[in-house]
This record gives sequence, C-alpha cells and structure tokens, in this order.
Amino acid sequence: MTDVVHDPIQLEVNGVARELRVDPEMPLLWALRDVLGLTGTKYGCGQAQCGACSVHLDGAVVRSCCIPVRRVEGRQVTTIEGLSEDGSHPLQKAWIELGVPQCGFCQAGQIMTAAALLRKHPSPSPEQVEQSLAGNLCRCGTYTRIRAAVQRAAELAKG
Amino acid sequence: MRCSSQAGPWLGFWCGLSLGCAAPAATQGATERPEAPAIVLPEVAPSALRAPAVFDTIRDSGQRSQALFTELSRVLLHPRCVNCHVEGDSPAQGAHFEPHEPPVLRGPEDRGVVGMECESCHQDRNLELNRVPGAVGWKLPPRAMAWHDKTPSELCAQLKDPVRNGQRGLADIVEHSRRDPLVAWGWQPGFERPPAPGSQAEFAALVAAWVSSGAECPERDEAVPVNIGANHD
Repeated sequence: MTDVVHDPIQLEVNGVARELRVDPEMPLLWALRDVLGLTGTKYGCGQAQCGACSVHLDGAVVRSCCIPVRRVEGRQVTTIEGLSEDGSHPLQKAWIELGVPQCGFCQAGQIMTAAALLRKHPSPSPEQVEQSLAGNLCRCGTYTRIRAAVQRAAELAKG
Repeated sequence: MRCSSQAGPWLGFWCGLSLGCAAPAATQGATERPEAPAIVLPEVAPSALRAPAVFDTIRDSGQRSQALFTELSRVLLHPRCVNCHVEGDSPAQGAHFEPHEPPVLRGPEDRGVVGMECESCHQDRNLELNRVPGAVGWKLPPRAMAWHDKTPSELCAQLKDPVRNGQRGLADIVEHSRRDPLVAWGWQPGFERPPAPGSQAEFAALVAAWVSSGAECPERDEAVPVNIGANHD
C-alpha cells in the first residue's frame, strides 16, 4: 500500500503559521483537532446544524465541520484557544462571571459566534444576539445565561 | 388542444392554456362551435423538459412563446429554485418549503447575519458526506426576485422587469440561465435532492426559444405541475 503524499497547505492558526499535509477535502475541524491538536473546537453534528465547531476564518464565523482545508489556504483561522492568550477576552470573563456552561460542550462555538457578533456590533440588541446565535444549539439549555453573558461582555468591553 | 383523461397528469396543464383546448367529441352537441385546431404536445416525464422544437407545432408565435414560458416555468417553480427565491427573511428547504435549518436570516446583503452567513456553511460545491449543498457565491436572491407562490404569468412579467430581474435584458437572462453556477446547482443539487426537470442546457434552450419567439407571457394563471420528488433540500 502506498501512502498518498499531499501538497502542503499553508495557513495561519491563532497567529502561528502552520502547514498541513492532509487530504485537501478534509474538514478543517479534523485538521484542527487531529493534526494540530487544538481540541477546544468540538464535533457536534458534522452537518452544520449545531454550531459546536464554529471558528473564525479571516474574522468571519465558519462551521469547521464543513469547510475543506483546501479553502483555508493562505487564510487566518482563529479557534477558541486563540481568542485570547490568558482567558481575558470579555466574553470569557462574562462566561466565568455568570457561570454560563453546564456540560460545556457547545460553549466554544457559542463564544466564537458571539465574539464575531461583538466585533461587528459592540453593543448588540437582544434581537441581534438572538439572530446571530440562533444556530448554536445547547442541549443543556443554557440559552438564558448565554444571552445574558453576551450582553455582559459588551459592557465589560466598554470598560 | 385535445385533452385525454388517459394522457396522465402532465398533459393536463396544457388544457388550461389558451391553446384551444377541445372537449372530448362525445360531449359535443350539434350546436357547438367548430373545433379549434388541435395542438397536441407529447407527454413529458416529471423529471424531463420538452425540447423547444416540440413547440413548433404551435403555429401562432404568441401562443408558442407563452407555451414555451409555461414549460420553462416548471424549472423556476421547482423547490431547488423557489426554496431560495423567497420574499421573506429566511430560505426554505426540502420538497415542501420547510423552514431552513439552522434558522438563518437574509441579512442586509442577502448573505445572512454575522455569525450565520450563508457561506459559514455552504461551500463552493456540494458536500456529500455532510449533506450540505454548495456552489460558488451561495446567497439568497434579492427579495425582488422572489418566485415562491408565483404563477407562470406573474413569473414571466417579473423576469422581463429589470427592476425585478437584476437589471438584466432578455439576452442577459438567456446567458444567466446557461452559465450561472447557482442556476447550474439546480440540476446538481447533491445528496439525494431531486434536481430540477431536464438539464441546464435544455432549460437554457427553452429560455432562448422563449426570447426569440417574442418573450410573450402566459395570459392566464394555470397551475403548473412541479416535480418535487423526495423530501430533501
């Protein structure tokens, strides 16, 4: 059996230049988790239905279970590990302050989606929060705390 | 046009067109007017389109143009098209206009809202394993291009109106039908989704024939049978 040699795919992950030699159709999620060891991003449904795998690609939210690595060539990926160096992002602070997670599985995706929202709308309305997070499912039902924490993070970001 | 109860449902819709639909001979009494020239079009499978040449049997160019549009409207009204050609804030999916999952919104530029953009999930091609449909430039058509729940005559008027067709002339519409990647997706929808009837080339040929025959619109609104197939988006 001959090993397939793949062309290198260059990208930046959490500010660090990385090279992937994987099947170009591999979903980014599995490259992050299994190749680069960044396991903060979770596998939920694998069909873009739950949002657990949400990461940023050039600042925009993508569902990493669906995007093939060939599409991230030369681009910047940010995962939950790269949101801040020390957990000091306003969303992370608010999440801790309000004790948002229950099981925690969906929270990385929730936070990454919320981070993109706050970057575009630093003072989001409840409606904007609802619209942007509508596709991030939480089987524990922590939605009330999630929505409150996003608003709290917006306050913390203002100082 | 002669209508036969044995001709199957696909011939039925022609009987409502202004093509001269004749009642069966057994029902005609001595006082009936002379029968209009019969226009008999071949049956067509739900998954197929009649070729433009089939319509050459219709001598009146206006009626031929109207009939060509009614035929091509079977594509425009197919779920692969109307699920995204919506007037509301959210697209649909499946065969029966089910709500899109996850619950997305159109957003200010028809590309979703922050965190839930169309291209957050939809890639440049279909993802068979993930079952997520995709094509280059995946986005919603503007509200003005909504086709859902429209009749063929309404659709026709809309397609000829630059305000509601993306500022396209008739030649642009032919070219758009022939080459646009999102139009092409209708026949390559991936993961067990029934495609639109016929092929993109056949559809574009019908559009071209409709344009060259005068781009006439159907005068009456008749229900167009649409092959919706199985329950997938």
